[in-house]
Amino acid sequence: MSWVLLVAIVVVVLWGISGYNGLIRLKGETLNAWKQIDVQLKRRYDLIPNLVNAVKGAMEFEKGTLEAVIQARNQAVKIQADALPTGGVKQLAGAEAQLGAALSRLNVVVEQYPQLKATANIGQLQEELASTENRVAFARQLYNDTATTYNVRQQQFPWSLIAGMARAEPVELWEITDEKERAVPTVDLSGKPKA
Amino acid sequence: MSGGNLFEQQRRNRRRSALLVLVFLLFFAWIGFGADYILYLSTTPAQGEFSRPGAYHHTIPWFGMLASVLALGMAWYSWKNGPKQVLWASGAWELVSPTKPQEQMLVNVVEEMAIAAGLPRPTIWMVPDPDPNAFATGTDERHAHIAVTEGLLAALNRDELQAVVAHELSHIKNYDVKLMTLLAALVGVLALISDFTCRFFGRGGARVSGSRSSGKGKGGGALILILLVIWLISVLLAPIVSRLLALAVSRKREYLADASSAQFTRNPAALAAALRKIEDAAAPTKAIQHGSAHLCIADPLGRRANIKEGLLADLFGTHPPMAVRIARLKEMAYQYQKTGVMPEGV
Repeated sequence: MSWVLLVAIVVVVLWGISGYNGLIRLKGETLNAWKQIDVQLKRRYDLIPNLVNAVKGAMEFEKGTLEAVIQARNQAVKIQADALPTGGVKQLAGAEAQLGAALSRLNVVVEQYPQLKATANIGQLQEELASTENRVAFARQLYNDTATTYNVRQQQFPWSLIAGMARAEPVELWEITDEKERAVPTVDLSGKPKA
Repeated sequence: MSGGNLFEQQRRNRRRSALLVLVFLLFFAWIGFGADYILYLSTTPAQGEFSRPGAYHHTIPWFGMLASVLALGMAWYSWKNGPKQVLWASGAWELVSPTKPQEQMLVNVVEEMAIAAGLPRPTIWMVPDPDPNAFATGTDERHAHIAVTEGLLAALNRDELQAVVAHELSHIKNYDVKLMTLLAALVGVLALISDFTCRFFGRGGARVSGSRSSGKGKGGGALILILLVIWLISVLLAPIVSRLLALAVSRKREYLADASSAQFTRNPAALAAALRKIEDAAAPTKAIQHGSAHLCIADPLGRRANIKEGLLADLFGTHPPMAVRIARLKEMAYQYQKTGVMPEGV
């Protein structure tokens, strides 16, 4: 009888250790994924001045668009400095959404300047810009996937029993804050003139 | 049967390939340690009998241990040297500083997908071959290589290239290179054992073992004889059975890589489109060797077994039939569009 008890205790302790380590590992992965977003955002902030310089000369008329990009960038840099997975994800996501919108406006404007598009430099910059946006998006996706696994695991029984011991707290996901971005774009193909 | 969203498909393919690997290992153990067990039975005196002094007792499972060590050694050797050989044989050159816009795009796409997969950036190689194909190799996450043919770069657009790169990166992330190297080594050792046994029994070895077991009590002798017959049949069939099992694992890992690609890009339709384009250019990829077919996005030989559905494809294909892969990806795309929200993580 005592043998059975001993074996049961050993099994429970071993399970507890592996569950605890699993939670710690997920916590580490979540933090790492968060740092990945930081790295990619930094890369994007560094790219923006180059982009603005490259198009400034040819786009005297579009000062507003350029200023919007620069302003949104500086705002995002400020907020990024002290955002953490357990708080501040929303503000950063908001600032980033604004920067993303400003950048895509700039991209549309660039399309309207044939002489700008003709230079190979701009083609490279556009690929670079598209890639940068993708990197930020994929880093967020990885963070959201990892964070979701982490959040689900610490609420699931029986891991929920040791979540407190492992100091596991639910982390915020990076969600779309701008309602305009969430909306499905409507495309009018009827060809009717608008009223 | 093929249903489910991408996370369900990943889980199902993980489970199935784990089961197949387990069957494979049990089969290997039966061939190796089964021989020891039969020898142990036939050299142990039956109850009530005395053994002759100095008679051999087979108590230490030498056969099984030797086979395991041999397999592990072969696996280790090909794991260490395989990546170099595969790249060298394909004539690939490393893409260090991209000059053309398309090469820059490839580098960007690989870096993006490494972020999405949470992997370090792999080394990028270009294979000078006009047929669209791609493969991944490497010893571990930090020493991974991804190779793309020039034909692939020319044929696919950015989204499709991204999907193919994601498929290859998930082979790295799911340890498929290691798994398939180990299985290939086990297949090789089993072929060796089978060859050796056939020669041994062909030269009258059967007479020796027959005379040994005839001296036993009746019950023990019959058991030994039955076990021996089953063992011999398994050894004769070992080369083909082990190869079929390895191919089955390979097909499951392809489905898994397709589903992981969909997870990384969140765009299963792009991979479906890429597979369609690769299938349409059905010419064989000459630069890629037969032995590394299981690492590619599509069978480089363009063998019929991998394209058409049916019994042949179910047994001998390194890859699942294209039509089934595309259908599964389309279903994932539909489910993702319908629900919009990703379920819990992998």
